[in-house]
Amino acid sequence: MELYMSLAIGVLFTVGVYLILSKSLLRIILGTSLMTHGIHLLLLTMSRLKRGAPPLLGEEAEAYGDPLPQALILTSIVISFGVTSLYLILAYKAYRKLGTDNMELLRGEEDE
Amino acid sequence: MTHLHMAILLPFLLAAACRLLQKLLSRVHAGWLIIPAPALLFIYFVTRIPSVQEGHAISGRIPWIPSLGIDFTVYLDGLSLLFALLISGIGTLVVLYSIYYLDKRKELVGLFYIYLLLFMGAMLGVVLSDNMIVLYAFWELTSISSFLLIAFWHNREKSRYGALKSMVITVFGGLAMLAGFVLLYVMTGTFSIRAIIGDLSAIMGDGLFAPAMLLILLGAFTKSAQFPFHIWLPDAMEAPTPVSAYLHSATMVKAGLYLVARLSPVFSGDALWFWSVSLAGMVTLIYGSYRAMKQTDLKAMLAYSTISQLGLMMSLLGLGSASAFYSVGSQSLLYTAATMAAVFHLINHAVFKGALFMVVGIVDHETGTRDIRRLGGLMSFMPLTFSIALIGSFSMAGLPPFNGFLSKEMFFTAVLNITGMDKLNMESFAILFPVAAWIASIFTFVYSMLLLFRTFLGRKQPDKLDRKPREAPVGMLLPPIALAVLAILFGLFPNLLSYSIIEPAMAAIHPGQLVPGEHFVVTISHWHGWTTEIFMTIGVVLAGTILYKLHARLSAIREPLWTRRLTLNRTYDEGLRLLDTGSRRLTNRYMTGSIRHYLIYIFVFLIAAIGWTIFRTVDLAALHLADFAPMSLFEAVSMIVLILSVIAVPFASSRMIAIILTGTAGYMVTLFFVIFRAPDLALTQIIVETVSVTLFLLCFNHLPELKREAAALRFKLSNLLIAVGVGAAMTLLALIASSERSFESISHFFLESSYKLAGGKNVVNVILVDFRGFDTMLEILVLGIAAFGICALIRLQPGTSDKQALPANEQDNGRGKRSRTSNLAVRSNDVILKTIAKAAIVIILLFSLYMLNTGHNNPGGGFIGALMAAAALILLAMAYGRRTLRKVIPIDYRVLTALGLSVAILTGIGSFLFDAPFLSHTFGYFDIPLLGTTELATAMLFDLGVYMTVVGMTMTIILTIGRDK
Repeated sequence: MELYMSLAIGVLFTVGVYLILSKSLLRIILGTSLMTHGIHLLLLTMSRLKRGAPPLLGEEAEAYGDPLPQALILTSIVISFGVTSLYLILAYKAYRKLGTDNMELLRGEEDE
Repeated sequence: MTHLHMAILLPFLLAAACRLLQKLLSRVHAGWLIIPAPALLFIYFVTRIPSVQEGHAISGRIPWIPSLGIDFTVYLDGLSLLFALLISGIGTLVVLYSIYYLDKRKELVGLFYIYLLLFMGAMLGVVLSDNMIVLYAFWELTSISSFLLIAFWHNREKSRYGALKSMVITVFGGLAMLAGFVLLYVMTGTFSIRAIIGDLSAIMGDGLFAPAMLLILLGAFTKSAQFPFHIWLPDAMEAPTPVSAYLHSATMVKAGLYLVARLSPVFSGDALWFWSVSLAGMVTLIYGSYRAMKQTDLKAMLAYSTISQLGLMMSLLGLGSASAFYSVGSQSLLYTAATMAAVFHLINHAVFKGALFMVVGIVDHETGTRDIRRLGGLMSFMPLTFSIALIGSFSMAGLPPFNGFLSKEMFFTAVLNITGMDKLNMESFAILFPVAAWIASIFTFVYSMLLLFRTFLGRKQPDKLDRKPREAPVGMLLPPIALAVLAILFGLFPNLLSYSIIEPAMAAIHPGQLVPGEHFVVTISHWHGWTTEIFMTIGVVLAGTILYKLHARLSAIREPLWTRRLTLNRTYDEGLRLLDTGSRRLTNRYMTGSIRHYLIYIFVFLIAAIGWTIFRTVDLAALHLADFAPMSLFEAVSMIVLILSVIAVPFASSRMIAIILTGTAGYMVTLFFVIFRAPDLALTQIIVETVSVTLFLLCFNHLPELKREAAALRFKLSNLLIAVGVGAAMTLLALIASSERSFESISHFFLESSYKLAGGKNVVNVILVDFRGFDTMLEILVLGIAAFGICALIRLQPGTSDKQALPANEQDNGRGKRSRTSNLAVRSNDVILKTIAKAAIVIILLFSLYMLNTGHNNPGGGFIGALMAAAALILLAMAYGRRTLRKVIPIDYRVLTALGLSVAILTGIGSFLFDAPFLSHTFGYFDIPLLGTTELATAMLFDLGVYMTVVGMTMTIILTIGRDK
């Protein structure tokens, strides 16, 4: 499972990076979300998959899954939601103000 | 906290209070409010003289960064006391003088005194600190305050140029000095100068000894304007004259001398030290005095004169270090005479040069010029000023009976003594010292006379002056008169100083040359009989007079072209310009302004770093792939869906499809969270995904249609290459990380102590709100900032002025029509949606509260509950419109965000009441009617804060976007 998961992470990163490097702002935003998914799965995979019950002590299981990556990921999910919203607003405000979403054209003044 | 600490801090405190005092007493010149500080300090330091004289140094220590050996240690011995007296004494006179020099109606006097006080405090810090790092900090602070004071008239181009130049050169030296200090620390393990002097065995013979010494000397030479670093001092004369008199002649430029004297016990006895200090001093002495003769501006003349006199004192300190080559005895004591001369001249120079600067300031102030070609015959207009100038310049020229004569005689004695030295091959070189000293003294005599006679005697030229010259006001005359009186007093009764100040200072410079309990013998007198020195002085006067007579004709001879072209100033200017353009060119090469380029740097570096590490440390063939968990068919199918939907995103032909595909990937990730036993994550992700899709669709109208990337193949291929590289690196990373453990995970701590220490059974939630509560608090802070940032962005109407960007509330209260056009305001006509929504909203809201409450022990918690509540509210807005939402739940979500943050922070602060660190939690079990035994934990209160913040911020974001047209 970890092997295939690693491959899926690779695909998420590849597509995410590819989109981030493109010129359109919308693609860049979608790319960051895909990359975020990749990072979450990476964190989870690092601590081994399917080892024990969910980290709820009420379950009274023999072994529990690693709670640490889960705490990290939970934080990350919420933060990336905030970041994505900010990106979106920035993107469409920039588009409305400047009439383009092409990053190459959004490079600022020459003598800045 | 000793009195000494307070003495250093007093000017800083006063500087901070200066503005306030000025407001309260606006009718008084700010100088009168300031002057008590240096005066008090001077009195304090004078009262310290007896105890220091008896050899009782005063010290105190405040720990600052003890782990790094950095303490604010102060130490007052003879040398520090000498400088402290100069700083506070001259400081008092300069402040008094400046009150009349600077017109409070025309100048920003408040600012001037703040800078001056900053300097005073910093300079006291330099001479009183024992810890080298603290000394360095104060040292740089003197450079900064000097920069501010030189640029006081900052609308003048030349002032700014001079300020920058002094800053660049002295800070360069300061950094070198810091490096030297660090090297000393490396060798000795301490930053305390006294500790280093106390145990010299650690540095003797160390390979770092010479580099440390040279770096520190670089700091001292740049600060004390030694050749070739002197070029900043003439340009520093753009400062107001009181500043020139104080910083650039009496105190700051002597910091380098202080440093050399202070570290003499460490380095003297080394040939390199002896040669570099004495030669740098000698060269500066001759060069400075020669250039001083050539000046026509009075202040420039004084500037070069200061450079040359600093060189004189520097070389004396170097010659004094010769005593360390001999064991304690009469021969070593012979060479300490040079140190005695240096210390004595330090005082004398401050006295006569201070007076002369003030005189030049008066001349400038009363006539409007400092050019000796336009001045002349001022004696009849300003007799008092003339008398002061006479005393000052005769003292500078080294004529009896003034103090400068005595120290010049002692200087001759020192250079003559050195000819008797039988070490370091001195037999062949030593004669150069007296010759150079004699020539420099002639030059000094000539420019002193030029300064005096060209200004005050000779033909009157009133037509060349802007205004009619007259005598200066009393307040302006008092300080130079005081200094002139001192020049005579020290000249006639030099032994006033010998045992009170000079001897203790010498004892601090040569601690090894004394048998414990003994003192240096310091007697200074006018007449020694017909010695070589007196003949040298007579020679100086004769040769000087001839040169003075010839001066007018000599100055007509133009210097050769190449020396005019190849000046040090030109080198500095060109060097600075080249550095500037060079670094700009270099930076522009990679800082292209294209975010894609920056990202490429990051990704390529990432690939290289991960690849290199894996290549070096991991044996890929030995990975334990067999130990991996098995995969079921269901999981395989889910993974294929995930991968396919992700790969399809770049090929999507429209925005909608791209967004849906990304959403699919998100839901698939949620599924994997379920499979991987992470219920909290699954819950969070599924709601976030839903809210995100809403968000995307809201922005939908505003974003441009997705065009096919019309880019060159090369562009796409390079992107693909980098993307695949990152993907491959991440795959390998995931594989390696999951197949081997180089160290034990810390997770078992959380599993074991979650219930015991925090009383919660949902370990993930406990980590978030309790163990790592501080992280979570900062996280919700970030969310709050994002929400308010979005608000601000939306209100910022492109192309309109601020007036039109009305507060959002006003906008839709007044005009219902307008808000109808926005997305969330359109009422849905879907009866089914409305009916289901009505029931669903209540259930979801209730469930979200349950989630919040149960989160400590079961899946749920503040984040999940909040997102769920937000989802319910969004549903309400979608089904019934935003106005209904406002009516049903009249909450300002921005206020809710702020409230939530306050609850979280107050919960954290609350633990201070119980003497616990920030965000300590406690819990207990209580019997509550209806609910039975219930656990109550402060962590839940914190979670409530998180809940409120997240609801607030999500709704703020969604509603502001929905409102924007």
